[in-house]
Amino acid sequence: MKFGEFGGRYVPEVLVPPLEELEKAYSELKNDDGFRNELEYYLKNYAGRPTPLYFAANLSREVGARIYLKREDLLHGGAHKINNTIGQALLAKFMGKTRVIAETGAGQHGVATAMAAALLGLDAEIYMGAEDYERQKMNVFRMRLLGAKVTAVESGSRTLKDAINEALRDWVESFENTHYLIGSVVGPHPFPTIVRDFQSVIGVETKKQVIEAESRLPDAIVACVGGGSNAMGIFHPFLSDGDVRLIGVEAAGEGIETGRHSASLSAGSKGVLHGMLSYFLQDERGMMLDTHSISAGLDYPGVGPEHAYLKKIGRCEYVAVKDDEALKAFMMLSKLEGIIPALESAHAIAYAIKMASEMSRDDVIVVNLSGRGDKDMGIVMERIA
Amino acid sequence: MISKSLVVFFTASYPTPEMTVEFMLCSAEAGADVIELGIPFSDPVADGKTIQESYIRALRNFRVEQVFEIVRGFRKECEKPVVIMSYYNPIYRKGVGEFVETAFESGADAMLVVDLPYDEAEEFIEICSKVGMGNVFLAAPNTPEDRLRAMDELSTFIYLVSTYGVTGERDEISPLAFKALKRVKSICRSPVAVGFGVSRPEHVRQLTDAGADGVVVGSAFVRLINEKGGDAVEDIRNLTERLRSGLG
Repeated sequence: MKFGEFGGRYVPEVLVPPLEELEKAYSELKNDDGFRNELEYYLKNYAGRPTPLYFAANLSREVGARIYLKREDLLHGGAHKINNTIGQALLAKFMGKTRVIAETGAGQHGVATAMAAALLGLDAEIYMGAEDYERQKMNVFRMRLLGAKVTAVESGSRTLKDAINEALRDWVESFENTHYLIGSVVGPHPFPTIVRDFQSVIGVETKKQVIEAESRLPDAIVACVGGGSNAMGIFHPFLSDGDVRLIGVEAAGEGIETGRHSASLSAGSKGVLHGMLSYFLQDERGMMLDTHSISAGLDYPGVGPEHAYLKKIGRCEYVAVKDDEALKAFMMLSKLEGIIPALESAHAIAYAIKMASEMSRDDVIVVNLSGRGDKDMGIVMERIA
Repeated sequence: MISKSLVVFFTASYPTPEMTVEFMLCSAEAGADVIELGIPFSDPVADGKTIQESYIRALRNFRVEQVFEIVRGFRKECEKPVVIMSYYNPIYRKGVGEFVETAFESGADAMLVVDLPYDEAEEFIEICSKVGMGNVFLAAPNTPEDRLRAMDELSTFIYLVSTYGVTGERDEISPLAFKALKRVKSICRSPVAVGFGVSRPEHVRQLTDAGADGVVVGSAFVRLINEKGGDAVEDIRNLTERLRSGLG
């Protein structure tokens, strides 16, 4: 299945049968009452759903529009990632797999995978670029505490893309007993659809909550985009509501013009990597470029294929925010609202602040606060010291 | 193209385009029947450490056009078939039509694209067929019969991956390989070459005894070049001769 020309299943032949097995299992289970009930049970009682939609009154007063925060940071583990990992871990279990593998950048998906695996009694191995491994030591420790094996990947740029390469290599050998629990709306079909479906709970709740609070739909929804799972999750239930602007915020790093960024939709080109046709940061030879972002979770040279499609048909807008703008928003939200956001989410907040100055005081913006900032303390301390 | 054949893999432009031509010629002279020329790629998910290392080193000075120059250089001296192996992105980035046409004009006989299963390859197959370029598709031990039949129709020869895993030398051929070979041979009419983990004369003998039309050896050659660079020529000649003797 493709999103227009994007997506697909560009993998070595050996992975075609496991992907077909996964597609079949998922299409059977997604409407199965037993599966859905179990998933709902864990999302509610283990992960902490529904999450609040919080009206950020102090921030709104300061910047000039009505800003709501969808509080995915309040979930168990501190990020939206748990919605997807519980879903996929259950799927793995229903498929009879005993082990899950995952890649992680900032560590949030790794932690969420380790949690779901511990909860459901699955073995877990997490691949992490060696550079991320260094800068997110606390999350490495968390994953180990949760019983997962964490493997630092030394090849390539030693970040998220290389962790995905290594997880794919593992899966080629291990698919018989192992599920690759991919962490974003990326990879070969059916992963982008599966992850989007599991994350859509964010948008479904948001729609209900914003109507309760404002008696109408919001004017805009803003979410950060690395691979793009939190953004797809909150956007998806609003896609047919044409009046709601959907805005994805990529990491402009030190500035698009410097070449040190991770903004593949804003500054990349079409290509094929990690099983999908999408937008990538690549050179003229088709080799992937090193990326940069203050936020390890956005530090990926590609983006989910459904985002590429939504950009192409003009349904969603994609913009980019620099490291220092994200850092400023990070501090502003902390001081005004007493909420320390993940640096990923701070990109979305930075853009919402920028937008608000050009909007009316009654306009409603929902920002997906995809995660909390505890994991980023070390990076922020270095930058503001 | 394939009948009791030894297929030898080299990484293009590693350590230099000129040396690659020399390696290819010396291996062909020593008994390689087909040369597989791999395009270095930044994210090679189907390759093990040895070949990945060669890609990383080669990429420092690599231009895609060098692949065509290498094929032309080889073609001046030798008629033996050349298969260009690549991940899809470098081909897609250049433009499938332009890539395939230039490769064919340079003298390449077939293309093997590791991460392009035949059912994603409609445009690619169409262009190859228009130009006259052959296609080699990968089969794995878990490839179901309907897929084998489909790729049999499209393939110059079928490259059967011996095991679940990435490229790289292994002590023994996986028992999976023999089972898969028997199954693939019973379904497909195209010749079948077995690769991944094949590195010794006894491997070659075991596989041809079991009905393989060819064997592919890659990492064992690339390791020699990783270790000795341009000085690997004699070792390449010796290894080719030893592997050739395994074909009986």
